[in-house]
Amino acid sequence: MAKVLVVTSGKGGVGKTTSTAALGAALAQAGEKVVVVDFDVGLRNLDLVLGAERRVVFDLINVVQGVAKLSQALIRDKRLDNLWLLPASQTRDKDALTDDGVRSVIAELRTKFDWILCDSPAGIERGATLAMRYADEAVIVTNPEVSSVRDSDRIIGMLDSKTVKAERGERVEKHILITRYDSGRAARGEMLSIEDILEILATPLLGIIPESQDVLRASNVGSPVTLNNAASAPARAYTDAARRLMGETITMMVPSERKGLMNRLLGRRAA
Amino acid sequence: MNLLRLLAGRNASAPVARERLQILLAHERGLRGQPDLLGLLRAEILAVVSRHIVLDPDKVIVRMDRGKTVSTLEVDIEVPNGAERLVAAAAT
Repeated sequence: MAKVLVVTSGKGGVGKTTSTAALGAALAQAGEKVVVVDFDVGLRNLDLVLGAERRVVFDLINVVQGVAKLSQALIRDKRLDNLWLLPASQTRDKDALTDDGVRSVIAELRTKFDWILCDSPAGIERGATLAMRYADEAVIVTNPEVSSVRDSDRIIGMLDSKTVKAERGERVEKHILITRYDSGRAARGEMLSIEDILEILATPLLGIIPESQDVLRASNVGSPVTLNNAASAPARAYTDAARRLMGETITMMVPSERKGLMNRLLGRRAA
Repeated sequence: MNLLRLLAGRNASAPVARERLQILLAHERGLRGQPDLLGLLRAEILAVVSRHIVLDPDKVIVRMDRGKTVSTLEVDIEVPNGAERLVAAAAT
């Protein structure tokens, strides 16, 4: 049965789009049929992170308004046969996205894919509420930083009240994905630790993505990090997270970069 | 365990972040779903007191202070002199 998963955070710039692309690619690499949907109307970027920016012809709004068929708007990834993108519109009219329109597009996607990943815009406005509206599961992307944790808490409250599942008295299954984590700084008390964040948000952990140059390198060339450098620390962390979404049990760890001799001597440990 | 951690322990800021968040979120979660607790309290207090005393609604102030262990609810109602008798006289 198809699963609708929203990637959300409240705060901007924490890695929603990067994580949507990486998780989508990792699920597709594991053999699942995946579509990633960009809900950031007016500020689309998922196409750019996936390297499909020059192939966008029709978009989500065109499909919602009946200008284009879903099959015309879907873009198939050039590297992974079972990864697809439904891009957002660049229109300034955010009201073009309607609840009814989103419902019908999601319903149609459910018949064609195993996973529907919705990349939410930042904020708590209409775009963000529509991205989470029909979700079965949610990945809340959180940085180990006070403003991000506070906004995640707010988003968790919305997932528990404003989604269709919540209104029916069911629960959206929620997962925390911690990004830009620096285990050395956390060990030295300079950064909120994993335990701190999980205790405050009281939500289970999906994965820990370490701060890494590989993330920027991958987005620079328009490739999800799990495809661009599968052996890198963030790619392994995203791959593990995707496998947990598929129901596998994998020991939680912070994948680390190869540490130099100096770092070892200074005692900067990986986990 | 090592020298670096001992040195860093002095100005570790993560515990501060953690404590600030815990206090803030406890407060914000309390407000959620009940967006205007003070407004509601103010309206109901005003209604009850107005049954017996003539009041200027603008002179009713309801304030809540949240402390670490105890919170206080402060209700400040300014009653004009003779207002009580006015209501009593109207009732008879």
